[in-house]
Amino acid sequence: MSRPTPFHPRTTAANRGWAYKEWAGFVAPCSYDRHSEREYVAFRHTVGVIDVSPLYKLDVRGPDAAALVARCWSRDATQMEPGRVVYATLSDDDGYLLDDGTITMLARDHVRVTSSEPWWAWMHDYARGLDVTLTDVSHLAALAIQGPLAADALAPLLDFDLTKMRFFRARRAKLAGRPVWITRTGYTGDLGYEVFCEPEHALALWDAIFEAGAPHGIEPCGLDALDVVRIEAGFVLQGVDYVTARLAPSPKRKSTAYEAGLGWTVELDRAPFVGQRAIRDEVRRGPAWATVGLDLSWEGLEALYARYDLPPHLAPIASRASVPVYDNGKKQIGQVTSSTWSPLLKRYIAIAQVQAKFATLGTQVQVEHTVDYERGVVGAVVAPRPFFDPPRKKAQPTLRSAP
Amino acid sequence: MSRLGTTSAPWDAVIVGGGHNGLVCAALLAKAGKKVLVLERRERVGGATLTEEHYPGFRYTVASYVVSLLRPWLWRELDLARHGLQLIPLETSFSPYPDGRSLCRGPDPIATREEIGAFSRRDAEIYPTFGKSMGRLARFVKRFVDQTAPDPTSFRPRDLAQLVGHGRAFRELPDDEEALLTRLLTASATDFLRETFEADELIAPMSCSGIIGTCLGVSSPGTAYVLLHHYMGEIDGASRAWGLARGGNGAVADAIASSAQASGVTIRTSAAVDKILVERERAVGVVLVDGEEIRARTVVSGCEPRLTMLRMVGRDHLPSDYTAGLERYKNRGSSGKVNLSLDFLPEFTCRPGDGHLRGDIAIAPSTAYLEQAFAEAKAGRWSRRPYLNVVIPSLLDRTMAPPGKHVMSIFVQYAPYHLADGPSSWPQHRDAFRDDVLDTLQEYCPRLRDAILHAQVLSPWDLEQELGLTEGNIFHGELTLDQILFQRPVAGWARYKTPVRDLWMCASGTHPGGGVMGAPGGLCAREMLAAGAL
Ligand SMILES: Cc1cc2nc3c(=O)[nH]c(=O)nc-3n(C[C@H](O)[C@H](O)[C@H](O)COP(=O)(O)OP(=O)(O)OC[C@H]3O[C@@H](n4cnc5c(N)ncnc54)[C@H](O)[C@@H]3O)c2cc1C
Repeated sequence: MSRPTPFHPRTTAANRGWAYKEWAGFVAPCSYDRHSEREYVAFRHTVGVIDVSPLYKLDVRGPDAAALVARCWSRDATQMEPGRVVYATLSDDDGYLLDDGTITMLARDHVRVTSSEPWWAWMHDYARGLDVTLTDVSHLAALAIQGPLAADALAPLLDFDLTKMRFFRARRAKLAGRPVWITRTGYTGDLGYEVFCEPEHALALWDAIFEAGAPHGIEPCGLDALDVVRIEAGFVLQGVDYVTARLAPSPKRKSTAYEAGLGWTVELDRAPFVGQRAIRDEVRRGPAWATVGLDLSWEGLEALYARYDLPPHLAPIASRASVPVYDNGKKQIGQVTSSTWSPLLKRYIAIAQVQAKFATLGTQVQVEHTVDYERGVVGAVVAPRPFFDPPRKKAQPTLRSAP
Repeated sequence: MSRLGTTSAPWDAVIVGGGHNGLVCAALLAKAGKKVLVLERRERVGGATLTEEHYPGFRYTVASYVVSLLRPWLWRELDLARHGLQLIPLETSFSPYPDGRSLCRGPDPIATREEIGAFSRRDAEIYPTFGKSMGRLARFVKRFVDQTAPDPTSFRPRDLAQLVGHGRAFRELPDDEEALLTRLLTASATDFLRETFEADELIAPMSCSGIIGTCLGVSSPGTAYVLLHHYMGEIDGASRAWGLARGGNGAVADAIASSAQASGVTIRTSAAVDKILVERERAVGVVLVDGEEIRARTVVSGCEPRLTMLRMVGRDHLPSDYTAGLERYKNRGSSGKVNLSLDFLPEFTCRPGDGHLRGDIAIAPSTAYLEQAFAEAKAGRWSRRPYLNVVIPSLLDRTMAPPGKHVMSIFVQYAPYHLADGPSSWPQHRDAFRDDVLDTLQEYCPRLRDAILHAQVLSPWDLEQELGLTEGNIFHGELTLDQILFQRPVAGWARYKTPVRDLWMCASGTHPGGGVMGAPGGLCAREMLAAGAL
């Protein structure tokens, strides 16, 4: 049975739609209404709040904390200053991708790792000879506060000047008088923060944030809206756009960090780390696959539907169904793994894995699309990812004037 | 703004008027490598897509307030999202009634069915089916809108469909849909809706989209067709297309201007054109009011057709049948606008809270009410109890007002340009007009006046003076059947060309007409490029 998160009393009270799904063993709202329009708007125009407590969280402590993280993950954590956060990947010995997540240097001897799967035992096995302790802190409550007015909602509750906090930084703070860790991170590709706290503070924090956020249009948001914004932001999702090598049903379903479009997280030339040799070989050879953004032709879609005498019809939520991608000679060259209509961009966008030679920007491909139970194809072009990348994501936020 | 444009600059095109259509046209021409100069009379671009601050901290979406049908192909081609344009979909359509009941239609189909069911179970069940049929028919309108108007011979509904090259599709429509389309092209909004629905409380607010910007009533023939525009947005993508531009409608113009500049367009503001220079029956440039002369290979007017042809060109250069056509062209402004800065959100007595206010609010309680409102307009008065279309942008877009405060946009119809004592008497009547508007709304929102910090009132006279909209018509000419497609603005001259060589028109007075669509500007640019005009 799925477990409630520490915010459950608030998230269920706010939920008018009763659509939930399971996320890492927890109950997670898909949307708070019978649609997710308002939540999407909140993420992109005001402030959306999503309960991300189901993320796995691991605390690594001790003099060798950074060394262990560096040994397992794609980043050289030993070079990170306290207060820094990085996005990182975890690979196996063969260089196949296991997970992606964040590494936060809370202190020189205290690193926190968030991930989509649990890696306590995995990392434990690599800790031999190192002076570290590994603690699963997944019980911590975590809330992502995301959107152009996120700083407005949080700043008045904090004991420091939030506007000075830079992108991908972390710090300990008091939020509404409660001890928290706050990071300027998120999964929406916009201005946003994540707050971590002990579960006993969760409800008080929720209440304070929603009260402070009310004049800024704050809304609780579910996974459906998140899925649309993360595709706009071009982020891949473990279990959807790639599968952790540990659970891949076949070798073909495994990906490397480079193939998943996460090669940029790999710091290759440093002390040995898990998968380093395999990844180095792969880089030398060149990755076989690439993860790309696709821009599907709206005119092509209209034409396809017109053949059935129908207006084009797309679901108002993101699709995680994988569909084949073909070259112009009808040979399958990959698959779309996530796709969505972007209300903001007025484009039908997708994330796809294709053979590396088709990854050049501007390459024309065909994507399968089903109309009236029949499979057809729609033209698409390889487009830059992120699809949406507003300057405010990294800029210093200016707060709205007080009333 | 820069004054880079010297009189000798070899401009391929000079665009008169920096409304959104002029800017779209400029951007597309520049993208094709042309040297383009835009001349705008006001100190900022936008025309009827304009955001301005008239009270500190409160921003008004001054004239147009909803982005309805801005063409998605332009959105993509001009990369408007990257140039800052962000649309916030309107969530709901809310209508209060004097008896304390109300109706809220929203994105949740089940909730909407329950809402309508309180007035008619039959209507509630049929409402989604109606939407589906209209969505199918809207494809025809979409083809009108995304293509240059056809060359016509007759004007029967069936021909109309054939004209746009879709006769086959039209013939293949199921009989009931063919009948529906035929009715749509000829019927009045209320007659058409009554064939499907029975609840006047539903018919009245739905019928209003048929009259916006025209001096017709909801029971005047030909008003049904515009209903399709409402459904057209639904097939432009997977989400609703009707929405607010973040930062008000001025953001639409700003994004297009930014895209245009990125493609090399030069924009000069505070540059009012006095005359379009015609030499040997060709347009060769323009003269500004301060006498500056700017020469170009082509001149494109982003202004209303009568203003362009009769005032800037002059009858001497025009064939008399064209002039006569323009004189018949109906502008007849019939709407006004009131923008309010509010200290707090005044609630509606019939339904407290704000969940139902995150969209548009129609004060259109019955068809009889709308008819009465129209009757007064015919008599040369503004409606004492007008149709109001209200939006509270700050509920969806917090950048429009300080935290906790709000701005309200009230579109008012009827406010006829031709008052009984003449259009220029409007300034004397402005306060009385405003009071009638506020009284109308206050019947539903008793604390409205307590909340008002500032009000901006725009009569059709003001729209003409301020924005250059002839007779205050919001669409540069009514969007009635006799003034659309190949008859806009004048039969035979519907393809952005004019009788003056090298003079083109690209704004709402050309096909497919007014609204924040960008379609006339976009199609004009395509035609000019296809014709090798520059
Ligand atoms: C009150 C009101 C409400 C409306 N509401 C909506 C709505 O909600 N949704 C919608 O889709 N549409 C709405 N419309 C219609 C829509 O705004 C217009 O159809 C559209 O904006 C017109 O754009 P345009 O570029 O064709 O012309 P305009 O915006 O009129 O641009 C013409 C430009 O030419 C300039 N100009 C005039 N004279 C000169 C000169 N001598 N020299 C140089 N420049 C000159 C003007 O200043 C202006 O910038 C509304 C209009 C009004 C007035």
